[in-house]
Amino acid sequence: MPEIILRTEHLCKNFGGLKATDDVSLEFERGKVHAILGPNGAGKTTLINLLSGELQPSSGRISFKGYDITDARPEKISRIGIGRSFQKTNILTGFTCFQNCWIGAQSCLITSMRFFRPARHLRRVHRRADHALQLCGLAAKRNQIAGTMSYGEQRQLEIAMMLATEPELLLLDEPLAGMGAEESQQVTALLRELAREQTLILIEHDMDAVFSLADRITVMVDGAELETGSVEQIRNSQAVQDAYLGHDDEEDAA
Amino acid sequence: MHTVTRPIIVFLCLGLLLLLLFPVVGSSFYTGLVTKIMILSIFTISLDLLIGFTGLVSFGHAAFFGIGAYLLAILFGDLEQINYWWSLTLTLSLTGLAALLVGWLCIRTSGIYFIMLTLAFAQMFFYFFFESPHFGGDDGIFMMNKPQINLATRQLVDLDNEHHFYYFVLAWLVGVYLFLSMILRAPFGHVLIAIKANEQRVRALGYSTPHYKLVSFVIAGTIAGLAGFLEAAHTSFITPAYLGWHESGMAIMMVILGGMGTLFGPVIGTFIVVLLQDFLPEFTEHWKLIMGAIIIFVVLFLPNGIAGLIYSISNRFSSREPGGREG
Ligand SMILES: Nc1ncnc2c1ncn2[C@@H]1O[C@H](COP(=O)(O)OP(=O)(O)OP(=O)(O)O)[C@@H](O)[C@H]1O
Ligand SMILES: [Mg+2]
Repeated sequence: MPEIILRTEHLCKNFGGLKATDDVSLEFERGKVHAILGPNGAGKTTLINLLSGELQPSSGRISFKGYDITDARPEKISRIGIGRSFQKTNILTGFTCFQNCWIGAQSCLITSMRFFRPARHLRRVHRRADHALQLCGLAAKRNQIAGTMSYGEQRQLEIAMMLATEPELLLLDEPLAGMGAEESQQVTALLRELAREQTLILIEHDMDAVFSLADRITVMVDGAELETGSVEQIRNSQAVQDAYLGHDDEEDAA
Repeated sequence: MHTVTRPIIVFLCLGLLLLLLFPVVGSSFYTGLVTKIMILSIFTISLDLLIGFTGLVSFGHAAFFGIGAYLLAILFGDLEQINYWWSLTLTLSLTGLAALLVGWLCIRTSGIYFIMLTLAFAQMFFYFFFESPHFGGDDGIFMMNKPQINLATRQLVDLDNEHHFYYFVLAWLVGVYLFLSMILRAPFGHVLIAIKANEQRVRALGYSTPHYKLVSFVIAGTIAGLAGFLEAAHTSFITPAYLGWHESGMAIMMVILGGMGTLFGPVIGTFIVVLLQDFLPEFTEHWKLIMGAIIIFVVLFLPNGIAGLIYSISNRFSSREPGGREG
């Protein structure tokens, strides 16, 4: 029987009168890549924000490995092994790549309320930060100031910072958005590599990437789950065609 | 954060040497003045921990300076013999507690709201002392004696001797600088500096940022209390003006002028502002205008303050690029 690592039950989030998340009940299997598709404004980012503690749900429940994490704050969520990357690049622009990853890596300490020994003596943190950079192909950019890098590289750093916390479950919000073809391929390869050990929840507009990576796909429209199924099922679903895939060309053009 | 490069260390050592030698040549008046400036520098360095490293612009930091000073005077002012160790411990713990309470309420907010809340708290403390006849009211409060620094029965430092007092304060200044450098290099400091850059992201990486901000606030408040303690011991006279928003504003100005996020910048800023305040009036009655012009000039043309200027000069001497926080 497959193990469910994360589960949402009747999850709702209202912004005023708008139902950004509307009664979403999903199960995410350990070790699988579960993609979430949907047109702009479908509520994908809102769902990730709920799962990562950035937003508190209006109603419903979230459980991780059987523990209720509905009311947990972002720092708690990160500490129990759920990492997230942001759709809108969210890095420390004035810091070097290494320093950006350092902050992620240092959260492996039980607490960073340590005041005496210099942080640079922490070998384990060093290794983790460098490992995350290497995974994302940024080893050569280690000492470059993040804000001076290309957009695509900043997107890679966004993922590297999350990886530095060594999460078990990764919430990726459009990791490929705005990347060039080559970078996009690199990151797709990285995601495939990560998927061998970790669980991924992937929001992505790049259909080729989604269809090649995902084990399961959920399509969302107007905050609600439209359909969940295997890649084949979703490809052939008439409802999905109408709601989303039909507009795909327009969206890509837009 | 700026790395302390080798030329900067040389610069700091030269500054320290100057301060060490100053009482030998300086008159009694100037020794007293520099003592006062060094006490204020301890205060502004502590404010730099908040503004320059944690991203918390406190407009009420003088409250803790004043609380430190008042605590010493109120609790110990009437005693014949003031035990330095006890009075210091008690003053600092109580100031730290005050900072914990104020900080606990303030760090929930950010930006302009944080500024307003810290200001409001400081004004509350100000009026508390201003309106309580028991603590001297607006006249302030006198202290009869200075704390006695004894170890066993031997007197270590005689605070009634102005040279002793000078070196005593200098030792504290160096101690506070080294202490803050240490915690900023430690894991704690790395988190603070990151919070200043992007708190939301640091939170998402697993840090309870409010706790880190609170601890920083308490450390800064306690050090401000230390400066107040020293000031009360130095002048033996405390007035509510110590806690006023004017003092808090001047401190922010000194930090920005000197260069925030550098620790030594605020010391330079304090020296410049106090010396200008003392000497400009001798030359012209419009000195406040000139002072304003100097500040505008620095903010416009030296965005990182005097310390930023020193860094750019020192970088010409060192071929190595500053490698960032690691060093
Ligand atoms: N903080 C907020 N306050 C009010 N409304 C919000 C907020 N965040 C999102 N919304 C609204 O909720 C809806 C869903 O937004 P969301 O960002 O989750 O969509 P998305 O599926 O991620 O879209 P995209 O593909 O453009 O990233 C949108 O209509 C958006 O305007
Ligand atoms: Mg989105």
